[in-house]
Amino acid sequence: MDEQMLQARQAFIEEARDLLQAMETILLQAEEGQCDTEAINALFRSAHTIKGSAGLFGLDAIVAFTHTLENVLENVRAGTQTLDASLASLLLNCADHLGNLVELATQLRGEDTDITVDAATAETGKALQAELSRYLNTPSPSTPPPSSRVAEAAPPVEKIAKDTVEADTWHISLRFGTEVFRHGMDPLCFVSYLSEVGELKQVSTLIDAMPSAAEMDPESCYLGFEIDLHSTATKETIESVFDFVREDCAIRIIPPYSELQTYVRLIEELSEDALQIGEILVRGGALTPNELANALAAQAQQGEARQLIGELLVNEGIAAKEVVQAALEKQKVNTTKKISETKFLKVAADRLDSLINLVGELVIAGATTAALASKDGNAALQESTNVLSRLVEEIRDSALRMRMVPIGETFSRFPRVVRDVSRELGKDIELKISGGETELDKSMVEHIGDPLMHLVRNAIDHGIEPSAKRIAAGKPATGTLHLNAFHDSGSVVLEVRDDGGGLDRNRIRTKAIERGLITDDVVLADRDLLRLIFEPGFSTAAEVTNLSGRGVGMDVVKRNIEAMRGTIELESAENVGTTIRLRLPLTLAIIDGFVISVGKAYFITPLEMVMECLELKGVASDSHYLNLRGEVLPFVRLRELFELEGEPSRHENVVVVRCGGQKAGIVVDVLHGEAQTVIKPLPSLFRKLRGIGGSTILGSGEVALILDVMALIELAVTTDTRTRLTCNE
Amino acid sequence: MVQIAEASAPASGKPQTALVLAELGQTLNTQYLIFTLGGESFAIGILSIKEIIEFGQLTEVPMMPTVVRGVINLRGAVVPVIDLAVRFGRPPTKVARRTCIVIIELINDDVRMDVGIVVDSVNEVIDILKNDIEAPPSFGARIRTDFIAGMGKVNGNFVIILDVIKVLSFEEIESMSNFGENPSPIPREAEH
Repeated sequence: MDEQMLQARQAFIEEARDLLQAMETILLQAEEGQCDTEAINALFRSAHTIKGSAGLFGLDAIVAFTHTLENVLENVRAGTQTLDASLASLLLNCADHLGNLVELATQLRGEDTDITVDAATAETGKALQAELSRYLNTPSPSTPPPSSRVAEAAPPVEKIAKDTVEADTWHISLRFGTEVFRHGMDPLCFVSYLSEVGELKQVSTLIDAMPSAAEMDPESCYLGFEIDLHSTATKETIESVFDFVREDCAIRIIPPYSELQTYVRLIEELSEDALQIGEILVRGGALTPNELANALAAQAQQGEARQLIGELLVNEGIAAKEVVQAALEKQKVNTTKKISETKFLKVAADRLDSLINLVGELVIAGATTAALASKDGNAALQESTNVLSRLVEEIRDSALRMRMVPIGETFSRFPRVVRDVSRELGKDIELKISGGETELDKSMVEHIGDPLMHLVRNAIDHGIEPSAKRIAAGKPATGTLHLNAFHDSGSVVLEVRDDGGGLDRNRIRTKAIERGLITDDVVLADRDLLRLIFEPGFSTAAEVTNLSGRGVGMDVVKRNIEAMRGTIELESAENVGTTIRLRLPLTLAIIDGFVISVGKAYFITPLEMVMECLELKGVASDSHYLNLRGEVLPFVRLRELFELEGEPSRHENVVVVRCGGQKAGIVVDVLHGEAQTVIKPLPSLFRKLRGIGGSTILGSGEVALILDVMALIELAVTTDTRTRLTCNE
Repeated sequence: MVQIAEASAPASGKPQTALVLAELGQTLNTQYLIFTLGGESFAIGILSIKEIIEFGQLTEVPMMPTVVRGVINLRGAVVPVIDLAVRFGRPPTKVARRTCIVIIELINDDVRMDVGIVVDSVNEVIDILKNDIEAPPSFGARIRTDFIAGMGKVNGNFVIILDVIKVLSFEEIESMSNFGENPSPIPREAEH
């Protein structure tokens, strides 16, 4: 297998994963009884694509399994099999199995051609296949077996429309366009290629369209074919044979066991003599003579109301037009599909990262130039640097937008998790998802999945009570778990909310004492008590279950979130439920910053958080709040908090920031205004530093620190409390 | 090395190159940068040194112990700067005309990172042969023994060869302050 093939196989694996994910979503909906034709078609297409591509790479294990799956889906699509909850559940398991097979394919080394399936997986596959074939063998009541129909002598005409023919062959009706030869196609090639997908039972060539020798153009094609094909291939496969000539040919493909009405329509639509076509169909075994008679009778009867066969022939122009119209529409659908496909471009993440890095450097270099230009006082130069920086800003925004993905993708794996876990625990839980369109940085999406998973599992396991207990508490038997995402002042908030029993404060307390986290004489504020669950090795679950309660979890969640410069908030009310809020920065790379300074030290605060700036006036030097239009605004003096050197400047300024629903002021010496800020993470040495979120490089080349406003306020609160306590002592 | 040379002997020219490289490796290993700090000379193996820059444009980081002087911009990367004198338990280094920052590349758990150290002046790069390096004395060097990789003999005098990994251990430097955060799960105010 050469390099290219390997890459293609990798692409197949990725595609298969996406398709399986899509299938899962549809099946979960189907289980709830929400499933429309479009969804079923999508389901079938996914299975079909996986099978097709797997076949291309010789992954026979996948092909074999998907084939059975596809047959069942085909029936579902044809409407002969309803997609009920039990089938959906089975199909979900099949999708899982397929997922396992695809994962096995990832382990393939260069030279391996097919995957090696271990015994357990093979066993699962067999069991599933057996279950699937049960659906295939027992026709559902809507399609009576052919024998019962034959038994009825002279079936009423109305019935014909619903009846299916007995033939197990595909019937293909081909009318090549006159231009085919001129386009460099040989009709014969297509016909002989058909034998690759199945066995050709009969090929009848129709030469009715051939004009007299004098009028005949030897470069035009006047041929038509009626073909009966015995094949297990899908309609798409057969259709794909004619991909190259689809545009200027009339092709009708009738699957085996189609309704007789379909043949009636075929006979009607074709320009040739009805009897002749009928005979061909009978000869090829597509129809039995009896069926043909019925069909013709039906046509004649319908025709009385509408058209006679003769008129049909007369009006062949119209019929042809309709076919052309249909073909055109189909063409249109195909083109739009192609366009929407090319809207996406897969780009390697590292290329994007290096672009973002470069943009970051560009921003810094641009700031340096702007600083030099304003120092120089050359108006024209300043003008041009302004234009330049605006462009750079735009580049920055579009580069960053490239990395933004909706959180919905991450959320979409949870319906399955909730379903599985709640089943395992025997709880009845409904999952609500909102805000899936909220976008955040790709790199963050990758890291948020696991913490979210933990929280969701926790909520199901510990949060939501069993139905009996819920009813006793006067709550609906079905528990609700709500996943929500939204933007809030420059950060993304992800919410996991359950309407369960809430956190048991007493148990947390007992557990914490037991684990030696606190001593039993300690009195904790409610908030601090709840926070104990984020301590390593803490778990309130009385029993260790399969899912959670091992005491690894919340501390890992907290650590992961903090590693992303995020924070975690917890709200819980007994018997009402628990809400966990993850607050994450919008992006990890570049932000709009607001530059401030205290003495010689420059700081940056994220611009989205800044609400307004005002001069600090008429406030006592030891006071820590001011009157903002009748509102009490607490503030921190950065110089005091950070113990910076130097005397406060004569004109101090207050930057009013909003963070997590609360407002606060930051007192600084000088306001410098906005600047694009490329976030440079601080070296690991500073990882425990609170109140500083990162650093950036100013236009002057100097390093400036970025304030972590949320942590800063928290820091101020603790410092304040400590001071107060020291005073009291 | 000899083995390599023999193994590749058939290919003409290669043995010589291998031998030259081997020699070069040995000489590089024994090259040291000598610098002064508080009137005393120290040496650091040249292989861990990335570059030497003039002291300037340093940004102080609040709430950090004095051993951390701050951060500098090293061509776009933010690099912490450590005051070696404070690390050795002496008063902070006073910035003078010849004060330098030596950028050292540390490899810790396969993670490469740069750290700057403040020194009074940089003197020279010299060769110290393996034979001329003595084990550190158990006391008397006025700095912690585990900071010393060995005592190098230079022109009849001893210079302290530093063990940069130990000297610049982030864990130890971090523990020199509580960084203004709540170090324990129990909020302080609750203890009283």
